[in-house]
Amino acid sequence: MSTQAGGVDLKPKLTRADFASDQTVRWCPGCGDYSILAQTQKIMPALGIPRHNIVFVSGIGCSSRFPYYMNTYGFHSIHGRAPTLATGLKIARPELSVWVVTGDGDGLSIGGNHLIHAMRRNLDIKILLFNNRIYGLTKGQYSPTSEYGKKTKSSPFGTAEQPINPLGVAIASECTFVARSLDSDTQHLSAVLERAARHKGTAFIEIYQNCNIFNDAAFDAFASRDVRSDRTVTLEHGRPLIFGKDRNKGIRLDGLEPQVITIGQDGVAEKDILVHDETAKEPTLAYLLTRLNYPEYPVPMGVFYSADRPCLDEALDQQAIQATAKLGAGSLDRLLNAGDTWTVTE
Amino acid sequence: MRVSTRTEVALPKRVVQELDEVVIRFAGDSGDGMQLTGTQFADTTALVGNDLATLPDFPAEIRAPAGTLAGVSGYQINFSSHDIRTPGDQPIVLVAMNPAALKANISDLEEGGILICDGDAFTDGNLSKAGFKSNPLKDQSLNRFRLFDIPLTSLTLKAVAETGLGGRHATRCKNFFALGLVFWMYERPVDYTRDWIEKKFKSNEQMAKANTLALLAGYNYADTTEAFTTHYRVRKAHLPPGTYRSLTGNEATAMGFITAGLLTGRPLFYGSYPITPASDILHELARHKNYPVKTFQAEDEISAIGAAIGAAYGGSLGLTGTSGPGVALKSEAIGLAVMAELPVVIANIQRGGPSTGLPTKTEQADLLQAILGRNGECPVAVLSPATPAECFDMAIEAFRIATKYMTPVFYMSDGYLANGAEPWKIPRPADLPKFEVNLWTDRTDFMPYRRDPVTLARPWAVPGTPGLEHRIGGLEKEDVTGNVSYDPLNHEKMVRLRAEKIARIADDIPPVEVCGKDAGRVLVVGWGSTYGAITSAIEVLQRRGAPVSSIHLRYLNPFPKNLGDVLKRFEKVLVAELNLGQLGMLLRARYLVDAVGLNKVQGKPFKVSEIVKAVEGLLGE
Repeated sequence: MSTQAGGVDLKPKLTRADFASDQTVRWCPGCGDYSILAQTQKIMPALGIPRHNIVFVSGIGCSSRFPYYMNTYGFHSIHGRAPTLATGLKIARPELSVWVVTGDGDGLSIGGNHLIHAMRRNLDIKILLFNNRIYGLTKGQYSPTSEYGKKTKSSPFGTAEQPINPLGVAIASECTFVARSLDSDTQHLSAVLERAARHKGTAFIEIYQNCNIFNDAAFDAFASRDVRSDRTVTLEHGRPLIFGKDRNKGIRLDGLEPQVITIGQDGVAEKDILVHDETAKEPTLAYLLTRLNYPEYPVPMGVFYSADRPCLDEALDQQAIQATAKLGAGSLDRLLNAGDTWTVTE
Repeated sequence: MRVSTRTEVALPKRVVQELDEVVIRFAGDSGDGMQLTGTQFADTTALVGNDLATLPDFPAEIRAPAGTLAGVSGYQINFSSHDIRTPGDQPIVLVAMNPAALKANISDLEEGGILICDGDAFTDGNLSKAGFKSNPLKDQSLNRFRLFDIPLTSLTLKAVAETGLGGRHATRCKNFFALGLVFWMYERPVDYTRDWIEKKFKSNEQMAKANTLALLAGYNYADTTEAFTTHYRVRKAHLPPGTYRSLTGNEATAMGFITAGLLTGRPLFYGSYPITPASDILHELARHKNYPVKTFQAEDEISAIGAAIGAAYGGSLGLTGTSGPGVALKSEAIGLAVMAELPVVIANIQRGGPSTGLPTKTEQADLLQAILGRNGECPVAVLSPATPAECFDMAIEAFRIATKYMTPVFYMSDGYLANGAEPWKIPRPADLPKFEVNLWTDRTDFMPYRRDPVTLARPWAVPGTPGLEHRIGGLEKEDVTGNVSYDPLNHEKMVRLRAEKIARIADDIPPVEVCGKDAGRVLVVGWGSTYGAITSAIEVLQRRGAPVSSIHLRYLNPFPKNLGDVLKRFEKVLVAELNLGQLGMLLRARYLVDAVGLNKVQGKPFKVSEIVKAVEGLLGE
């Protein structure tokens, strides 16, 4: 049931189903993408943005089929370039809610340059990077996030390449919202997605996503349900980094060296544990947290960093307003007759 | 008109010789300010009412080692009392600021031409850097020219001494001394340049004063020295009545694109990565923030076009500008714009290639790249302005076609058009072409790939429009619905539809006009920036009664509908282009015409005489 008001569709309340397009979803059964799609559709109604003002832009890869399944505007572009289209669109139309969906190959390999510059510019766009640590659509080559030594079709003897740290890249690129979540932790995922959506500026979320065909169980060692609470740590602003089934383990800093400690052992108390501050002036500690990896450390999940900085799209509009105030509004007549002119008579 | 007659009062003193046309070349080190000197001379010349054409010619290095041949920078201007179309084949005046500039340019100077040299710069060191064994100013080797060996540097230093400016800063004023001197010779007032200096050095009074003193000293030196006995007078050209301004091709291009935005009511979005010789378009557009213009300096060429596509998707006139190497990087994205059927204009300001090639020199070797250089069957419209001033009209035309047919359009300028200047008759807004652009809003049975029956354009339905939510992308589209489709027959249908859409543009562009009789022995065919040289050559030949005509193509894809007929009416077809025969190849393939090529790839425009000679050769066969 829909009513019309001022040409705008105003359903009393949109639901998750309103954001599902009529296209058949064609990811492999069991793919982590399904969960990310579901959670994204689920948080959309709460944002209160009409569907026609939302645009999903993607590159190439399994994840990049995402826009076809969202009943919003969508643009499935070319490999690695989604941030560039999103940039042009957002600068031209700042009032739109623009989302980029990318993967580890699309965003960090072929499109790495665009990703870092989109983040540095702090456009008000949301970037979801599905990290499955493999090339899925091309059937199983190693990706820039594949672990060192990984054997794949294109690395039968194991890779000899250091993987990239996506969140480290985001922080180094001056991104103003940096977070990580997991496809199968739907509650956490929807909460992080919603926070990203409400962030003013570029929000970057790395989503660990299982490719059950070419890299199955890639995150199970720390993310499967039975071990998750012991091998991950959930970041909460203003709260100590405590984790574990018994909530008795934590991260302590010894200088710049993080240490895993157990509360109550060796005289360690809760007050010794590092308290997470996602709004810290410098993202130094946030970066340090992005370096924590299983098995030496629990893998941090949640919002690493969140900062308030002017957005490019707004700044450009501001410049235009100031230029118009200073120079007067441009007109065809002014444009054509600017500069030194002379007149030829009969 | 803001030229006063203050200096003209002091003039009549020596012999005055009337000339129809003069070609001057200023040449010096990259750091000598030759481009500035040339531009000042050109601007003043425009304001006194001559017709003119210019050819800046500079190295890719910002400051090559001083005094070397590699660092020589030149600026040629042709001005006249009649209509002219080229910067001239040969200078009649050469100003050489050092031995390297002399060495690099002297072979072009007309026999008996005026040669002005800065004698102070002809030191042993500079002579040997330029490869001279003896001083040409002293060894009689320049006897066939009218040599003025003037100590420009020391005269300049004396002139600016009162400002207290010393050393290199003082020396650098010598270009204004030379400019003042040439102003005197050709009866140009110094006022425009004097005003320009005041504005330019507003915050540096000392430099403003020194440059002004040097300018006036050069002028007065010529006026009082016995050496200069003659003023040369070039009367005003009989240009059609109207208000004029002097424009370079890049300025005209930028203005045309802004105008397209104003005419359509759609904002202009320019995504670009700095590249010679296209960067001036970015600079020019970035100044116009008080217009509906947004500029974005991207992190690379791909991002620049990606952003333009994104903006076009959002309802802006999507524009990107670059040169050949940049186009190579943009190719895949151009394919996306073809598939997504969005109005994006790609301005290619061509330069010498391949690879980095000759960044600051002109060439027309990207034509096939524009027409064919993408994966798949990927047709786009291609058009090219013929003169610097025409860049304005063709920039508007590019967006007329892009928006009407929902297609990428290549706009092919080049280094010669980009930097060359000529007088431009300012159009009245009412005389500009009208074209309406409407975004699609009708939600009744909306289909993103349902086409207009005449143009085959799909609707421009932009985000933010209620009820038209849809998805597009680079995967093959199903006809009408735009859904992803791998169906074999649908693919063939879509490939043919995309080709047909571009082909139909031929119904919407003017037929090619023949300059001269519409049949004869030889037809010269050109495109883009060679217009001036070809037309001038044809006029020379026609005045002699030669059965020669020419046509100039502004539309390279599709071709004008009458092109095949015109080609068939001539015994011989000569395709003159600054490449190894790219248009020639297309004409031979398309029309089965035995066209021959006149091809030059020296990073320089054609000389009129080169075209005359080639036609004479064909006529003699």
